[in-house]
Amino acid sequence: MRRLRLAVAQIAPVLGDVEKNLALHEKVAHEAISRSVNLLVFPELSLTGYFLKDQVPSVALTDRAPALDILRNLSNRVAMVIGFVEETPGHHFHNAAAYLEGGEIRHIHRKVYLPTYGIFDEQRYLAAGSRIRAFDTALGRMTILICEDMWHPTAAAIAAWDGAEIILCPSASPGRGLGQAEPFQNSSTWQRVIGAYGDLFTCFVVYANRVGYEDGACFWGGSEVVGPTGASLAKARYLEEDFLVVELEEGALRRARIANPLLRDERPDLTLRELQRIMRVHDAGEPDGGARG
Amino acid sequence: MDALRLRCDTIRKVLTGFIDNEVRKAGFERVVVGLSGGVDSALSAFLAAEALGPQDVWAILMPYRTSSVQSVEHAKLVVDSLGIQSLTVDISPMVDAYFAGFPDADQVRRGNKMARERMTILFDHSARLGGLVLGTSNKTELLLGYGTLYGDMASAVNPLGDLYKTQVRQLARHLKVPAVIVEKQPTADLWTGQTDEAELGFTYEEVDKLLSLLVDQRYEVADLIAEGFDERFVRGVYQKVLASQYKRRLPVIAKISARTIDRDFRYPRDWGR
Repeated sequence: MRRLRLAVAQIAPVLGDVEKNLALHEKVAHEAISRSVNLLVFPELSLTGYFLKDQVPSVALTDRAPALDILRNLSNRVAMVIGFVEETPGHHFHNAAAYLEGGEIRHIHRKVYLPTYGIFDEQRYLAAGSRIRAFDTALGRMTILICEDMWHPTAAAIAAWDGAEIILCPSASPGRGLGQAEPFQNSSTWQRVIGAYGDLFTCFVVYANRVGYEDGACFWGGSEVVGPTGASLAKARYLEEDFLVVELEEGALRRARIANPLLRDERPDLTLRELQRIMRVHDAGEPDGGARG
Repeated sequence: MDALRLRCDTIRKVLTGFIDNEVRKAGFERVVVGLSGGVDSALSAFLAAEALGPQDVWAILMPYRTSSVQSVEHAKLVVDSLGIQSLTVDISPMVDAYFAGFPDADQVRRGNKMARERMTILFDHSARLGGLVLGTSNKTELLLGYGTLYGDMASAVNPLGDLYKTQVRQLARHLKVPAVIVEKQPTADLWTGQTDEAELGFTYEEVDKLLSLLVDQRYEVADLIAEGFDERFVRGVYQKVLASQYKRRLPVIAKISARTIDRDFRYPRDWGR
């Protein structure tokens, strides 16, 4: 990767109003350009809002939608990660994030793990993605994991093994539960997860959360960028809009991987073998207890 | 009670942000709140005054002729402390006129009628003043069903519905709601000498601890009994939660069409906002 200036747009998208959200993205992108930002990361579903329910098909865009032209053009001046509902040619709808650079979409990640429990209902409305990939950009090799994807350590492990130097995580995390740390129980879990991933996968982790309210749920903000030792490099305010700017330095990645050569010592062959064994047990119909054998 | 301890600074920010956001999204700038003199409506008013400014909070005092003098005094204390707008509507004439035709009505019917009378006045003033009706029901009473359906349970925006009664008190202290209001015995004041805890048969401290384990921590009834809670208390509370489920939902609709409201016609409340 190269040295870069990264920004997180901690915004409050308007629920279900793509037009207003596009205008907001445009405004923030101009701000980023004026501050010489190379990569601007928006939260999950930044063009649509989160608790869409039956609005999902009404706000969906294909990857060729003219609505995205303005942002595509702006990506000649600042690379961007934007969140949207992607409609496939077969009319499936994905919770997706696109990496825009040099006037085009370079990569789309479709959220793999769709939370459908507690306050969440994503599988009712959305199709799950089936790929986790690192991809090359002019700025370095990256992986996008959307919100819940990050709560599955295997997703981050795949990203790291695939060579990601930066894990980009757009998120729409509603605060819930009273915890020991500010501001909510789940936010303290998030902070531990991104810190641990930076540390264990010796990469940069960019957590871009949103703010605002939808149906009484409060998105808590607190976007954060963590370095490859797990140390926090910058953190946005809780519960308020913010614009977080931070310099990522290639040397930090190199030094962390020299000091802590965890990725060098990984054993994907062993992991694969053990996974295959576990999958054989699963296929034999004993998904819970059988893996001990 | 540690699990119920609030980080009051954060919750204050979340709730004032909530009021500001939900009121303005709906196209309003103002709220209308019924002040009873109790801690719940006082806290709602304090939060709204902070969120919207005191000039955009209208307190409506709606005493009945048997309401305690103290209740009215405490409501006025809230109005004066905050400098919010207020007016008083005595509900005795309309309630008495109705029950003149039903002189045998018991306390529960009379109490419910009063709560619903107040609701109609609040929603009328919502139209008159261009303000949303601010809710004052807390999580404890919503779970126990200790409120009047379409009466005090009716509102447009409720900042307190996910706070237990003991948490309402914590936050009220933090916002400096006058101590005489926070520390007094809670009462629906529907008849002379009524108190919530005497009517319910347990204290808010006890039931909040139980409810937070049952609801928030997902304990089963058997787990709660194993934890040492009195079995009759646990089963009694659980029964109240079950029996009042209908109060927390829209009326049940007979399904006919391909898309039935709230069943398979599902949009956020903030749809288009």
